[in-house]
Amino acid sequence: MESLVTVASIIEAHRLRPGALLPILHGIQDALGFIPPEAVPLIARDLNLSRAEIHGVISYYAHFRQTPPGRHVVRVCCAEACQAVGGQALAEHARTRLAGSELSFEPVYCLGLCACGPALQIDETTLHAQVTPEKFDALLAALEAAA
Amino acid sequence: MKVETITTESVGESTSTLPLVRGAGKAIARTTIFVPGDAAALALGADAVAAAIAVEAARRGIALRLVRNGTRGMVWLEPLVEVATPRGRIAYGPVVAADVPGLFAAGFLAGGAHALCLGPTDEIPWLARQQRLACRRIGVVDPRSLVDYIACGGGEGLRRARAMAPAAIVDAVTESGLRGRGGAAFPAGIKWRTVLATPAAQKYIVCNADEGDSGTYSDRMLMEGDPYCLLEGMAIAGLAVGATQGYIYVRSEYPHAVDALNAALAGAGDFLGDFKVEVRKGAGSYVCGEETALLESLEGKRGIVRAKPPLPAISGLFGRPTLINNMITLASVPDILARGAAAYRELGCGRSRGTLPFQLAGNIKYGGLVEVPFGLTLRNLLYDFGGGSRSGRPLRAVQVGGPLGAYLPASQFDTVLDYEAFAALDGAGLGHGGIVAFDDTVDLARQARYAMKFCAIESCGKCTPCRIGSTRGVEVIDRIRAGDTRQIALLEELCETMTQGSLCAMGSMTPIPVLSALRHFPEDFGDKRT
Repeated sequence: MESLVTVASIIEAHRLRPGALLPILHGIQDALGFIPPEAVPLIARDLNLSRAEIHGVISYYAHFRQTPPGRHVVRVCCAEACQAVGGQALAEHARTRLAGSELSFEPVYCLGLCACGPALQIDETTLHAQVTPEKFDALLAALEAAA
Repeated sequence: MKVETITTESVGESTSTLPLVRGAGKAIARTTIFVPGDAAALALGADAVAAAIAVEAARRGIALRLVRNGTRGMVWLEPLVEVATPRGRIAYGPVVAADVPGLFAAGFLAGGAHALCLGPTDEIPWLARQQRLACRRIGVVDPRSLVDYIACGGGEGLRRARAMAPAAIVDAVTESGLRGRGGAAFPAGIKWRTVLATPAAQKYIVCNADEGDSGTYSDRMLMEGDPYCLLEGMAIAGLAVGATQGYIYVRSEYPHAVDALNAALAGAGDFLGDFKVEVRKGAGSYVCGEETALLESLEGKRGIVRAKPPLPAISGLFGRPTLINNMITLASVPDILARGAAAYRELGCGRSRGTLPFQLAGNIKYGGLVEVPFGLTLRNLLYDFGGGSRSGRPLRAVQVGGPLGAYLPASQFDTVLDYEAFAALDGAGLGHGGIVAFDDTVDLARQARYAMKFCAIESCGKCTPCRIGSTRGVEVIDRIRAGDTRQIALLEELCETMTQGSLCAMGSMTPIPVLSALRHFPEDFGDKRT
């Protein structure tokens, strides 16, 4: 499998670093979008850890995914500073709009955009501030049009 | 993040492509324009503004030097465009891409008058009334340029530290009165001395950049706007305690900050001497902001809190003596060494010395970073700087210090901003200086439920009061909100158990927002069927 070749090369690139597991998991997710179950035994073998330990780490951290995400991942801030300016309504709106779509909704607890909320992040690259449900719909339409 | 110097070399070609030459500046007179590349500015459209400026300059045949600086911290004015003129830097904001042709027409490259013109940046009262130390260069320098950093006074602290004995550096930090800026406010000098006094072949400096508290963004601003200041602080710490390896643990929610740090490291040359720094990314766990959980995570494990002792200063990362400090703590050190401990200690009040970068957030009109000495009141920040709520409605509650901080009613807005004064209120703290304002539409019972829910989501699971207590807390508050007010006593008892029995601040401080909401806003916990 091509993705396992990628996994093997990422493990090889990091395995001798102290505390290599998180850099490896980030590398795999950045390359593939998620951490496939087949990667777990490879990591376990090369780091001399048990598969249970690897699974334990992957499942502990909210950032790591074990299944492929949608075409885009939309992370909407659900923390207090955004709540104070309508963040809950935005999150509910986004969750509803993205349900069953090709895009993934993920709650996130603070993007550090607390003076210009509600905020959201698309694919760890694009940020948007002061997002209203109407602005969200426009962003969504733009993402869908770019397909 | 496009924090790069773009030289727009237009020779009047009428092409549809952007005539951009990327690279170092040429020896021709060009106006320098600053368009922030900070994440908040980007979220408000700074990239589109930068692109529009490049296009308009090319169309007019004007050569510009476009610098992607950090933010000055006046978030409501972002994107804030600055132009370097003989009168100093002139600010325009908030600018949207459509304003750009008009700005050129108004002669903004010479600081010309325009409806968006704010005058000289340094004279904007909101900024002029601050006293910035750790954040003094954010928004001023080009974050990717070490040359710029040095030209703006950076590097002096490290230069002095290199001529000092390790114990003398630690003494300077101790004498400055600097306390940990992550929230615990532990005296930095004591931590540094412990690591120095613990012999080991390998020691580590770890920067805690897991800025998870909602309402805080000073670490992010510093990483994106003045990363060399942090690197300098870490290198000084390395000299002080005898460590040659540093790690910066940045939360995964801050990809732009990670890029900015890596770019700074790539351009650091021999600035740090023998001291090596590596950036490590977290993975979306709030509790990893707790220092021992952070160390576990750095070691490649689940971010679960360790029992103390041993202190990280004695047995920390990979079992070695480790100095772990918050980013603002480390970034305060270059200034302390460059200007002397006494100059730092002179600022502040009581046992809270120096300055704290406060962050105004949530429902606030003029939100942003306010670095001032300890001693102002909360009201000063909320109204004199913040201008009241963004919605125009009365401010009803303010949460200070992140998700584990107290909800304060208006009757407590005159509290002085220092660690001890805040600790006297509901056991609350100043935390990392985040201040989240809520107007009168807030439901404090709902906020209390959120505090418990957040703890349930983020608990590492190691201790029972936190793991189970938070889930029971959500259930109990749900019953109260459904009208069963007899459950309030149960909630108070549950909070007592969590406070007394939890291993770390996650479980032991979650009751602070819950109980403060209950105490100051009891009407919100009344019979309220949802």
